Amino acid sequence: MRYRSFVAAVLVGLGLSGAALAEAESQEPIKLTLHDWTGQFLTTTIMGKVLASAGYNVEYVQADYIAQFAGLKTGDLHVAMEMWETTGREAMDEATATGNVVNMGETGMNAIEEWWYPAYMEEVCPGLPDWQALNACAAEFATPETAPKGRYLGGPVTWGGFDDERVEALDMDFEVVHAGTDAALFAELESAYQRKAPIVLWIYAPHWAPTKYAGSFVKFPPYSPECYQDPSVGLNPSLAYDCGKPTGPIWKVAWSGVAEKWPGAAKAITAFTISNEEMGAMVADVDLNGKSVEEVTDAWLADNKDVWSGWIAN
Amino acid sequence: MSRLHRLIPGRSGVFWILLFGTTWLLSRHALDLSRILEARWIVKYPAAWQLPVERRISGFMQWLVEDAHFGLFSFRDVTRFVASVIELPYDLVRNLLIDGFSVGLGNQAVEIGPSLSWIAIVVMVTAFGHFVRDWKLAALVGGCFLYLAVFGQWDSAMVTLASVLIAVPFGAVGGLLLGVLAYRAPAFEALIRPVLDLMQTVPVFAYLVPILFLFGFGPVAALVATIIYAMPPMVRVTIVALRGVSDEIRDVGVMVGCTRRQLMWKVLIPTAAPTLMVGVNQVIMLTLNMVIIASMIGAGGLGFDVLSALRRLDIGGGIEAGVAIVVMAIALDRLSQAFATRVAGDYRLDPNLNIVQRHPWSATVLIVTVVTYLLSSQVPGIQSFPEAAALSTGTFWSDVIGYINVHFFDTFEAIKTAFLTYLLLPVKRFFTGIPWAWGIMLVTLIGWRVGGIGLAALAGSLTALIAAVGLWDKAMITLYLCGTSVLVASAIGIPMGILAARNDTANRVIGSLIDTLQTLPSFVYLIPVVMLFRVGDFSAMIAVVLYAMAPAVRYAAHGIRNVNPQLIEAGMVSGCTPRQLLWRIRLPMAFPELLLGLNQTIMLALSMLVITALVGTRDLGQEVYIALTKANTGQGIVAGLAVAFIAIIADRILTATTRRARRNMGLDG
Repeated sequence: MRYRSFVAAVLVGLGLSGAALAEAESQEPIKLTLHDWTGQFLTTTIMGKVLASAGYNVEYVQADYIAQFAGLKTGDLHVAMEMWETTGREAMDEATATGNVVNMGETGMNAIEEWWYPAYMEEVCPGLPDWQALNACAAEFATPETAPKGRYLGGPVTWGGFDDERVEALDMDFEVVHAGTDAALFAELESAYQRKAPIVLWIYAPHWAPTKYAGSFVKFPPYSPECYQDPSVGLNPSLAYDCGKPTGPIWKVAWSGVAEKWPGAAKAITAFTISNEEMGAMVADVDLNGKSVEEVTDAWLADNKDVWSGWIAN
Repeated sequence: MSRLHRLIPGRSGVFWILLFGTTWLLSRHALDLSRILEARWIVKYPAAWQLPVERRISGFMQWLVEDAHFGLFSFRDVTRFVASVIELPYDLVRNLLIDGFSVGLGNQAVEIGPSLSWIAIVVMVTAFGHFVRDWKLAALVGGCFLYLAVFGQWDSAMVTLASVLIAVPFGAVGGLLLGVLAYRAPAFEALIRPVLDLMQTVPVFAYLVPILFLFGFGPVAALVATIIYAMPPMVRVTIVALRGVSDEIRDVGVMVGCTRRQLMWKVLIPTAAPTLMVGVNQVIMLTLNMVIIASMIGAGGLGFDVLSALRRLDIGGGIEAGVAIVVMAIALDRLSQAFATRVAGDYRLDPNLNIVQRHPWSATVLIVTVVTYLLSSQVPGIQSFPEAAALSTGTFWSDVIGYINVHFFDTFEAIKTAFLTYLLLPVKRFFTGIPWAWGIMLVTLIGWRVGGIGLAALAGSLTALIAAVGLWDKAMITLYLCGTSVLVASAIGIPMGILAARNDTANRVIGSLIDTLQTLPSFVYLIPVVMLFRVGDFSAMIAVVLYAMAPAVRYAAHGIRNVNPQLIEAGMVSGCTPRQLLWRIRLPMAFPELLLGLNQTIMLALSMLVITALVGTRDLGQEVYIALTKANTGQGIVAGLAVAFIAIIADRILTATTRRARRNMGLDG
């Protein structure tokens, strides 16, 4: 794999600063999972490079956000760096309940995921950000494909989010169209924003989009766990999901065997934290300024040596 | 085309008009009807009647993975053992081609030998090209591999090549053995035939999940999926090839006293070898086809490059990696075809020559390999192609698409809106409006009309099963997308085929266009389409049309070319204009072939629909894709089977129609 050579390069670059840490532990590669959005590439690559500099062998494996739990449970995969409270909670709870997957704590980032519209839509649709006001002018968001209903551009289906359920439960005149990929989602936003075209779509933070474009998140009835689980709670007495999306921390999860096999690495993974702002800036560097994930993470590592060397200190 | 209608079996126009009219009325008014009667079951299949197949399959899978035990070892031990059997040669080939050999792991690894240098590999394939055919082939194959190096795709390409080099022997030998078994035991053949049908129609995504569970995440699972995907045609070809061996040869074998085993391996298989090689060629092409899909579950290489370019909407990167796959496909295809038809040359050994002179090619390869090996540590650029010298067309493609997007956005938007309003949406409303109960009736009636009671039972029960697992709505969206795409593909493809049949220059141009479209991995279509038309059904339709058009063109051209010349002459004698010749003689006579082409187009469209799930369609393909990303075995297999059922129904109905058409025209006597 190309990554192996790059790990070696990093090792040379960092002067094998923490090599002692890993010597007594397993030399088998620690497998970190990669999904499909830029922020996750960044956190995973940073973690991978930090572990490599501590002398661990690291391998990156492409795996799906939810499907990876199958691998994490059996120990085929070892570490997943971003498990969002907002989308991954059920899958994570189910996996940790088996005892084979453990929660490695918060990443320090806080997730917001919600329907979002650009500021210029407020002229067309007064009363925003209230969801009922949005629903009243659903026709403004219609496209030939969805007419007479409004078009809501949701994330890739793999992200979950219960938008189809939400639309049904709140009886909204919207049709959910799923973007196939993260990139497609933001490409549409960019194209629409340039032409001041109507759009309402799934935006998440930490991300560069909410800072680059003026706009706001739609205000739905506030989230509560009961609203998701109990149909009788909330506006619609017979359906669940009649409220907004939860916000909450982004977690790290790992195979339970990691702590025995690589105790030092487990410690480092638990210690990993990064802020929303740092993350937003790095994602913008990659997605907007065209830098590679390699460059951006190398720059972060160079600037924050004190921070991450604390994670791998004995 | 109105004249063609006369040829529809039985000329029972009334039946078809009535059937369509009823369906149309029901589709339009079912919703009102259900409101008036307060019977929601009319439009929505009641959840209470749903069969719990999905849960059962998931439960079974869980049991298989976690609990299944054969005393000493568990089922998972078996699959993991199989995985390691595949992994061993795979690692070896990969080390040889790209990674190099080393002992130890990670930063404690000591390299004990480098991989083959790119120069050595290029020389090797060139020599092989000369060995199997001639200089021309050698130049082509060498050029293809040189392209991979010059355009900076070498590393990924070698990872892909390693997967192909492992998957193809497993697929070919496995297929051969199964084929031999089926040839010997008719009972086994009866058993394996429906399995092969399913393997070829169930979308690959559907069985990726169980494979992930059983074989773990990573390249081996991807290899297993590839082998499963690529094996069926080999089994079929083997059966056909062995049956095709003439009786005289078989009798000679028996007469000289061959045992059963000798008869098979010394007589039948060598005789059938040329046909068998066609199967191997198929395995190679399908393996390459599968390369990208496999990268979703951890195979690296070119496929992964295309996939990640798609995810970043990096059009240039996607096209470059995609073209690299095509180039590799061309090289491997030509090599294997040449190998299949190779005639052992006039081979005389001159005792006066030394060993180098006797084997000039092998000697060159050996010398180049050794020299590059020795030099690789000293001279940069020998071990791996110098990065600075690599060419990239990436920005060019992005610029082209960017330019089109900026300058023609309104035009594209207008085209898209027109298609949506006048074709896609009406068809969608029609299909999604059909109440499930009538839908089952409808398919049964069509089956009965074209193929009698047996076909009616088969088509009806498969349709009922789709409804019973709760996938009716998704299946209707699938039908709508598939239907419109096939319509558009035929509308473009059949005229192209006619043109190709009548004009040699057009034939060459269209032929190479179609060849390219077919080898280009299906994901590659998605990138420019999404950039220009954004996510949605229209983009999906264009991608499906591009992918599925080839058979419509091929069969149309073939059908028109093969019309009995005497009939044409008769037409000319009776004073037909060229136009009349086409509409009254050529097209009607080619009708069965056109139907065959239609059948193939539908099959390809269905297989592509699953891939368009990546641009956000809402059909069965998306259902399969969701199941893959959630690792939900039951959901994936059920939705995959639903796609397969649609394919089987369409295939059987069209085959029956073709048979009747041929009979009516007296083609089959």
